[in-house]
Amino acid sequence: MVRVPDANRDQFRPESHPNDHFLLTTVVGSYPKPKWLNRADDLVEDPDSKFDADDLAEAHDDACRLITHEHERAGLDTVVDGEMRRNEMVEFFAHRIPGYEFNGPVKVWGHNYFDKPSVVEPVEYDEPWLVDEFEFTSDVAERPVKVPITGPYTLGFWAFNEAYETTEDLVYDLADLVNEEVEALVEAGAQYIQIDEPALATTPEDHAIVHEALDRITAGIDDDVRIGLHVCYGDYSRIYPELNDFPIDEFDVELCNGDYEQVEVFTDPEFEPDLALGVVDAHTAEVESVAEIKRNIKQGLRIVPPEKLTISPDCGLKLLPREIAYGKTENMVTAAREVEAELDAGAIDLENPLADE
Amino acid sequence: MTNRVATTPGLFPLPDWAKETLSDLKGHQKGDLLSGDEGPEIVSTYADVRAELIDDQLEAGLDRVVEGQPRWDDMIAHPLTVADGVETGGIVRYYDNNNFYRDPRVVSEPTASGDVAAELSSAAEHVPDDVGLQAVLPGPYSLSELATNETDADAEAFRETIAEFLAAEVDALGAHETLFLLEPSLVEQPPADGVDAQASAAIDRVASATDADVVVHTYWGAIPEKPYAHLLDADIDAVGIDLVAGDRDDSVYNVQEYGAPDSVALGVVDGQNTLVEEPETIADRVEWFEDQLPVGDFETTYVTSNTELFYLPENKYQAKLNALAAGVEVLS
Repeated sequence: MVRVPDANRDQFRPESHPNDHFLLTTVVGSYPKPKWLNRADDLVEDPDSKFDADDLAEAHDDACRLITHEHERAGLDTVVDGEMRRNEMVEFFAHRIPGYEFNGPVKVWGHNYFDKPSVVEPVEYDEPWLVDEFEFTSDVAERPVKVPITGPYTLGFWAFNEAYETTEDLVYDLADLVNEEVEALVEAGAQYIQIDEPALATTPEDHAIVHEALDRITAGIDDDVRIGLHVCYGDYSRIYPELNDFPIDEFDVELCNGDYEQVEVFTDPEFEPDLALGVVDAHTAEVESVAEIKRNIKQGLRIVPPEKLTISPDCGLKLLPREIAYGKTENMVTAAREVEAELDAGAIDLENPLADE
Repeated sequence: MTNRVATTPGLFPLPDWAKETLSDLKGHQKGDLLSGDEGPEIVSTYADVRAELIDDQLEAGLDRVVEGQPRWDDMIAHPLTVADGVETGGIVRYYDNNNFYRDPRVVSEPTASGDVAAELSSAAEHVPDDVGLQAVLPGPYSLSELATNETDADAEAFRETIAEFLAAEVDALGAHETLFLLEPSLVEQPPADGVDAQASAAIDRVASATDADVVVHTYWGAIPEKPYAHLLDADIDAVGIDLVAGDRDDSVYNVQEYGAPDSVALGVVDGQNTLVEEPETIADRVEWFEDQLPVGDFETTYVTSNTELFYLPENKYQAKLNALAAGVEVLS
């Protein structure tokens, strides 16, 4: 069953918010790294360099500070550190979870590789994975911080399973670990958690496994904590309306990329969690105009009323040039504020939000 | 007495050094991938890789050695992506995997390039006389399913076109002891009524282009009954069966119910998991299968990984080769 999104949404509304309506603006997570950070990553591997692990940690701190502030400058209501400390979404966590080992890169396509880990023993929770980075970002940020975590379905199915009878069993053990991590993050003050499950986009028939995993992740997590789920571009009709029963506050979709052709999927039956709608494309290197983004936002109003609509990019922006990522984020916030003002003025027909377009 | 042959369906991972070298030489983008006209530096890197992959197999003690297909950027769609009459389209998912290949858009009748024949003859230089060389190609049904038909031909004529194309590629091959035709689509997108007979005819067309033993290798589960029965009409020497992924009982049922060619290939090592099978496990799996059947001995049992091995990191791919050879050793 869906959680209670209206019990936790208002805490993200800034005191200085200019409009009566509030479209919560956020990001999926990843953001382009500053070029010097990539150089720092290389330098620490160079045995001839004096640049060491402490220097790299400092560089990561600097980059997190920079991108968190960049998000705030763009006007976002909730911010992320751009995942500056993370290399890849499975590897990062597999390095922190006892039970995984690494054997080397495997092919994804062409000459693109992924250091796909193997689960060789039952997975365990050791040290917290993200609490330090949350505390750092939270200290730096003036706005609330959202924490993206790779979900157990993806952590399980994007690894080799040597240790469990079925990968489903592995996913449930991982879900229990994610639950421990979410508890630790909440203890440290986190109020907005996003579970990323890109693997579900490719095997939507496994939605019941993801549901069971989410039940475990959210067990004992209070209603004032906002739990989102992000699933990248795919055939959403294969997981809808089933996702209405997921224990989440918000479902984050990538629809801009497909020009909103799948909006209809979510209109019948009624969409139950809050909708975090992708309104800028993460795969095109042109900044959408404010006018275009406003039209995209109104696509979301075809699915949910304004009080259930969150505004976000389609996906992580890390593959874009940094100035493009910034431009998209800034225009996205501007567009959201303008749509709010139009809503305040009663200028948008909620029965037919795109009537004037 | 069954002859047990340790082999693989090919498509090995690149050695780690070559992953880096080739990506530096070629680039990461779609347009940078192989089109069959690579320059001398890339050719020579692939020659080094090929020699290394063959050494891996000889060191492991496999009975049949493949070229290893390090150049097959597009997995089993490769022969089309280097052929005339084909344009490369977008990146599409490779079966039910988190792997992708460039969609070969066939715009006119493709012409055989001899690309695979050239690879095989380069490989032959490294293979001693007492070890059998094995050619690997996609089967015509899978290749036509992986490609996009943008010609005027209907689906049936398109399959025939692809079969003719592959038959010409086979015809160009130098000496080889066996030919593995990889046909995962027979399981993953099984042919419908009527199409099953056409698929079998297409396979027969390709198989008839060689005097070598032809193994039609399938994986990710069992072929449905009717396509399996039709497949037996093709003039082939063995059907390859996956005993690791999917329901092996369905495959056993097929063989019990409809019979099999004189030989069989058994996918008994998991090409998609880093867990390395013990030689005894491999031997048990082979014997388990052979014990299910009322028929007499198979002439040859090819003992192989179920899938291609490129899904694995380098160290585990090598360990799997060793395991296959050791498994056959246990059986003898």
